[in-house]
Amino acid sequence: MDRKRCTLKLLVQPSRGLVDEMFIILVQKAPSGFQLTVHALHKCEDGHSWEAFGHYTADTIGTVNVSEDPSLGGTYSGVEQMGLLWSLRPVPGSKPGLRLRKMNVQIPMEVTISVYQGHQTEGFMDQVPLASVVVERWYMAPGVSRIPITEDRLSATLFLPPGPGPFPGLLDLWGGGGQLVEYRASLLASHGIASLALDYLTAKIIMETGKMVDLQYFEKAYKILEQHPQVHGSSIGMLGLSLGTSITLKMAVYSEVMKLRCAVCISGCHMQPVDGSVEEILKYFNQNADRTRISEENELIWRDVLLPVPSDLAFKVDMGRLKCPLLVVVGEDDQNWPASESAMDMKEMMEQAGNSHLLTVLSYPNAGHLIEPPYTPHARASLFRSMATREKMMALWGGETAAHSLAQEDAWRKLLVFLRENLYSGTNPGTPSLSHL
Amino acid sequence: MLGLRRLAVAASVHRPVRRLSTMSPPTSPILSVQPTRGLVDEKLKVVVESLPPGSPVTLHSLHHSEDEDYWEAFGHYVSDFRGMVSVSEDLSFGGTYTGKEDMGLLWSMRPVPGSRKGLRLRKMNVCSPMLHNISVYSGHVSEGFREQTPLTSVLVERWYMAPGVKRIDIMEKGVRGTLFIPPGPGPFPGLLDMWGGGGGLIEYRSALLASHGYVSLAMDYFNSQELESADLEFKYFETAFNIIKEHPQVIPDRVGMFGLSLGSLVTMHVAAESTIVKPRCCICVSGSHFYPRDRTIKEVIMEPRSNSHRLRIDENNHHVWRDMWIHLLDDPSKKVDVGKINCPILLVNGKDDQNVPADECAEDIALLMNAAGNGHLLSRVLYPDTGHLIEPPYSPHFRASNFKAAGVATKTVMLLWGGQTKPHSDAQEDAWRKILSFLQHNLYSSTPPRAKL
Repeated sequence: MDRKRCTLKLLVQPSRGLVDEMFIILVQKAPSGFQLTVHALHKCEDGHSWEAFGHYTADTIGTVNVSEDPSLGGTYSGVEQMGLLWSLRPVPGSKPGLRLRKMNVQIPMEVTISVYQGHQTEGFMDQVPLASVVVERWYMAPGVSRIPITEDRLSATLFLPPGPGPFPGLLDLWGGGGQLVEYRASLLASHGIASLALDYLTAKIIMETGKMVDLQYFEKAYKILEQHPQVHGSSIGMLGLSLGTSITLKMAVYSEVMKLRCAVCISGCHMQPVDGSVEEILKYFNQNADRTRISEENELIWRDVLLPVPSDLAFKVDMGRLKCPLLVVVGEDDQNWPASESAMDMKEMMEQAGNSHLLTVLSYPNAGHLIEPPYTPHARASLFRSMATREKMMALWGGETAAHSLAQEDAWRKLLVFLRENLYSGTNPGTPSLSHL
Repeated sequence: MLGLRRLAVAASVHRPVRRLSTMSPPTSPILSVQPTRGLVDEKLKVVVESLPPGSPVTLHSLHHSEDEDYWEAFGHYVSDFRGMVSVSEDLSFGGTYTGKEDMGLLWSMRPVPGSRKGLRLRKMNVCSPMLHNISVYSGHVSEGFREQTPLTSVLVERWYMAPGVKRIDIMEKGVRGTLFIPPGPGPFPGLLDMWGGGGGLIEYRSALLASHGYVSLAMDYFNSQELESADLEFKYFETAFNIIKEHPQVIPDRVGMFGLSLGSLVTMHVAAESTIVKPRCCICVSGSHFYPRDRTIKEVIMEPRSNSHRLRIDENNHHVWRDMWIHLLDDPSKKVDVGKINCPILLVNGKDDQNVPADECAEDIALLMNAAGNGHLLSRVLYPDTGHLIEPPYSPHFRASNFKAAGVATKTVMLLWGGQTKPHSDAQEDAWRKILSFLQHNLYSSTPPRAKL
């Protein structure tokens, strides 16, 4: 194609969106039947390059619409509106075990979307594309405030939605990798929920004292939310992923201080010493460390460490005592935690106790452990430094990319509906419109 | 029972918001605005949900300008049986706009009561967005918004620059301006972008044009202070045009010119008279073709001074310039020789232009071009009840504003631009669409250029 006369146009809408918003990618004025590759390139905060691409053929008027036309090959295939994001993978030559995570949520992810001639699979960086645009993907909506919290020796960040409030609140916990991970809390604040991301494994107080936090640490975090003038004190929920689930269930069922309106548990389990502190919970997990398996690719499979689900009630949260609605999200191919087995046992416990009407289980076939906000690239395995063992190893998370990505989209939509239904008044007619997601 | 419950919910919505200590969760409505970060010419979708059915609410937009003034717009709505208000589908019953107006919250903005007079809203720093606070108030409110707490609000960003657009300061061969380059390898068509008699370096239209795929040079072609000593010539514009043409990312035979007001006049003059510069197409917004042949551009800019006896001041003390030039229509030596233009040219004018007799000029240009045999190159649109300042869509309309004309006595005057807000805003939207399609046809298409839209 003569580059000087190339009239091909590439349009991506919106050019600045939230990470959970869909975009439309339109190629126009290509020659009729033209073969082209739509390519996405992202350079993450760690300096690694990630790419995704799809092969398309323009129709008779020279148009390709990624939300309507099938990709004939590439890192994704079929009609996949958001395939260029969720199928992102490290470019050839990258070091193994990478995982894409945004740590600075105050600036957007920048993705360059380009069109290349022909159906290409490699060497994109050595070519000049026919057209390219830059797209920004934000974890924070305009007007969301980011407030670091250090009182009561907490290591946390509060995200407040724009507007006068008051807003419902949410405690947001991640898993065994520790750190203060903000992106889910900032995204939830962009949806109207005042969210507190809490570091409970690598917090300053732990670094300074050398000791794990006690359960009061979480209750202090809850109180910060409850007493905040812009938070509706009786509308606070809790969300935990992986190890964060263990904490969430413990607090939801046993805490005298926390009056949670609802709870969400993603990829976690209810197996833990019932009266245990965080330290004791971690010790319990380590007990059966010899049950870890190694895959053919030298990845650590941790799921058997917590199996079988104990019948001894001293080692699982008494789900029959739960008094608030609970959403449980599990991937059936989770190779890190036995979340499916745990969900089944929780359901049984609650049916026997008569409170199973509070429980909703979302179980996704071929989805793995890391069920993240939608369009987050799937990592089937990655390098992981467990705070329990202090070692860095390649952990197998599981999941098949397309199915896992679908699960992330579906789970997020349902999570938002669940939170809205339980944290806002249930008397309002009509469901909130999430059609842009 | 249902009726009572609804009443109770409605009552809580109308009570002033304060920290509730009851067990029930908040009943605040949910406001969603899409996109929260958009280009200034993109439409907004504003939806309010979870309102009590049949509930009167006010949708309000507030903007704090770079000049530290506050601008607002508002519409009065009533929620439907689902407790929903959709601005693109429902009628506004009152406020700064009425009827079904999906973008009324932007184009009908005006300075808040108590503001300084004669304000004009223009974004000078295009690297940051315009911020609008969109809020929902209970009931039909028309004033005192600051003293009340809204039910809910969101912040919306409106950008003149798409992500990846590059902004480059130009100080080359005596030309001063800012170049905006679209993202991507290119090459791209180019545009020379010229504003009116207020001077200064106005970047926003160029930034927006680059966001649509055109390398655009916003020119600072005179500065009030420098005017006396400035050596403003024809050559300045030719040099600027060539800077764009010679840029490695520009397709050399796809460079056009875009002018507003005085910029239009310069555009026509260069298109007609230059032997060096051959624009591929021209867009002239709100321009006259009065260019006395024996004068320099500098003298033309200073024209108002010598015609001040023809200046009219209306009952509001606004200066009306439109009649100052009418007498020039009969004298060919005072007009651009439009018969020599040999590229497609689009004229965009407002029938209520009080600054320039746009209607009469467009008619005269058509006559002259038809007589010369190049009338097939001319397209024109004339919008009823539309004034002089035809800006990118959704920009607020001002019938008059403070103006410090370069060349006139140094005092600032209130200049009448004309136009009625609603028709003027419709014109801006329609004109922009037509302008973009005209540019697409003439600068992007591989078929021969044509004037007809």
